[in-house]
Amino acid sequence: MNRLSAEDVTLAYDQRVIAEQLSVEIPDNSFTVIVGPNACGKSTLLRALSRMLKPSRGRVLLDGQVIQSMPAKKVARTLGLLPQSSVAPDGITVADLVGRGRYPHQGVLRQWSAEDERVVRESMAQTGIAELADRYVDELSGGQRQRVWIAMALAQQTPLLLLDEPTTYLDIQHQIDVLDLCAELHEEQGRTLVAVLHDLNHAARYATHLVALKGGEVIAQGAPNEIVTAALVEEVFGLRCQVIDDPETGTPLVVPAARRARAGAVGAGRVAATEVS
Amino acid sequence: MKSAQKTPRGPRALRTPGGLSVRLDPRALIVVVLLAVVALAAGVVLIGTGDFPIPAGDVVRTLFGHGDAGQEFVVNELRLPRVLVGLLVGASLGLGGALFQAVSRNPLGSPDVLGLGQGATAGALVMIVLFSGSAAQVTMGALVGGLVTGALIYLLAWRRGVHGYRLVLVGIGVSAVATAVNGYLLTKADFVDAARAVVWMTGTLDGRDWKQVWPLLVLACVLVPLVLAHARGLRMMEMGDDVSHALGVRVERVRLVLMVSAVLLTAAATAAAGPVSFVALTAPQLARRLTRSPGPNLVASLCMGAALLVSADWASQRLFGDGQLPVGVVTGVLGGVYLLWLLVTERRAGRI
Repeated sequence: MNRLSAEDVTLAYDQRVIAEQLSVEIPDNSFTVIVGPNACGKSTLLRALSRMLKPSRGRVLLDGQVIQSMPAKKVARTLGLLPQSSVAPDGITVADLVGRGRYPHQGVLRQWSAEDERVVRESMAQTGIAELADRYVDELSGGQRQRVWIAMALAQQTPLLLLDEPTTYLDIQHQIDVLDLCAELHEEQGRTLVAVLHDLNHAARYATHLVALKGGEVIAQGAPNEIVTAALVEEVFGLRCQVIDDPETGTPLVVPAARRARAGAVGAGRVAATEVS
Repeated sequence: MKSAQKTPRGPRALRTPGGLSVRLDPRALIVVVLLAVVALAAGVVLIGTGDFPIPAGDVVRTLFGHGDAGQEFVVNELRLPRVLVGLLVGASLGLGGALFQAVSRNPLGSPDVLGLGQGATAGALVMIVLFSGSAAQVTMGALVGGLVTGALIYLLAWRRGVHGYRLVLVGIGVSAVATAVNGYLLTKADFVDAARAVVWMTGTLDGRDWKQVWPLLVLACVLVPLVLAHARGLRMMEMGDDVSHALGVRVERVRLVLMVSAVLLTAAATAAAGPVSFVALTAPQLARRLTRSPGPNLVASLCMGAALLVSADWASQRLFGDGQLPVGVVTGVLGGVYLLWLLVTERRAGRI
């Protein structure tokens, strides 16, 4: 039994149904990455897993309990989330923002323990922002800022950490930087990570477990080496491509077919269709 | 790194061996104490001010029960209740404004802009114009008007999580409707009622006595602890609903409790003193600039509101020669100028 799973969930915003009877298990100690085309429901699934969205049917289980029925702070000590949109308050320092990740461990009479202080220092060291502790968050670059938010989520000290598109808006160097950091957290600290990523190649390189979604359904899941094939990419993304071995890591590397080849294919399809009719 | 040895900016922690700990920001603490002292000192000065001036020393002596009979009557029966109403109204408006601005994450999301004052005025005018009501009835009318307006804004703008600009726009719409109603009621009123209505609408502390003090004091004693108990959650909500949710804040509940408290505080303050303009808008902003600390700065805003209102009341009695002004005129001028300054500087910073 894995710690986090969604069982037969129907996910909807008001009347708009995103997914029906969707079941996903997050393997313990995995770095799970959810991929899929725009509007396939991957962020929605992440919101459901982090109890941000209540399934209209089915249930999300955390440690065998329905997540909605658990005390909010208890969930927050087990499961962290780095959302896509977060606002740094005006005039807040890095250390102060990271410190806010300690909220679920605190109370009215236990506002700032020595333990809180130690964890905040450690989280900043792990994300490489210790020197920035006294700087204002508004002065930082996009990549640094993302590290600060990750540090805040780390300070929450949750065995499970969910990240919604952590690399969006970052340049390539900082994307790799953030993904390396995630891999480190997964390998060295044994945390279970679940991330939504747009870049299929990043997903294939970093994930230990890949979930491919389309139209609210799981099309395939498993280790990237086993499931990423040209047929799968075409089925999920509607893109013709070759899948070759990544020369650096040996993981699958998706190379989209050239424009001309794709145009030819479409043309051929059309000819075939005419012949049939 | 050496930076760890440096005195850190911002909050410090105080710990007891039993594992209890409190976190305090020294600068914010100093600001709160200073503002409280200013508010109380202004109150003492205000008690000494009037046709029968009393030196500050005598005021304090009288307050502690050592004055002569004449002073005792003037201080305890005539002027003290007025000053207490001023302190409580200012504190309620400051706190209510800070809550509104923090929950809507928008400095314009304050009760003045959202039409709570207009709504309370409509309630008061209904009592004055249609029923020629007593002072107590007018107060009730204003309270009900404020609460109804608050509920209306909540229903129209808040049901699906609050979005700063949506709230402000809905508030402006509600405010416009209430203003139209008020205009209609005024044109219907006869001369005496209209004059009474206009004085009420400007916001004044004239003739306030112990009857206004008690309800405000009771409300403050209930709501201030309730609000402060939710302040830590509110601090997290500054970072957006998603982050605060992830940190284990029960966002919807905290928001509802705080908004109901803010509406109650604002409506009660308006019912007691009329729609004193701009205190709710300016106090939290001024407090924040003094403490220079992120977060809603609730206690600092509360003290700032009290200090502002009592100082403005003193100014309205003293600075304009013999003719006394209602306190709302002074806060209106100060607040308006401040708002313009805010807009100009924010524009320069590229934010609005």
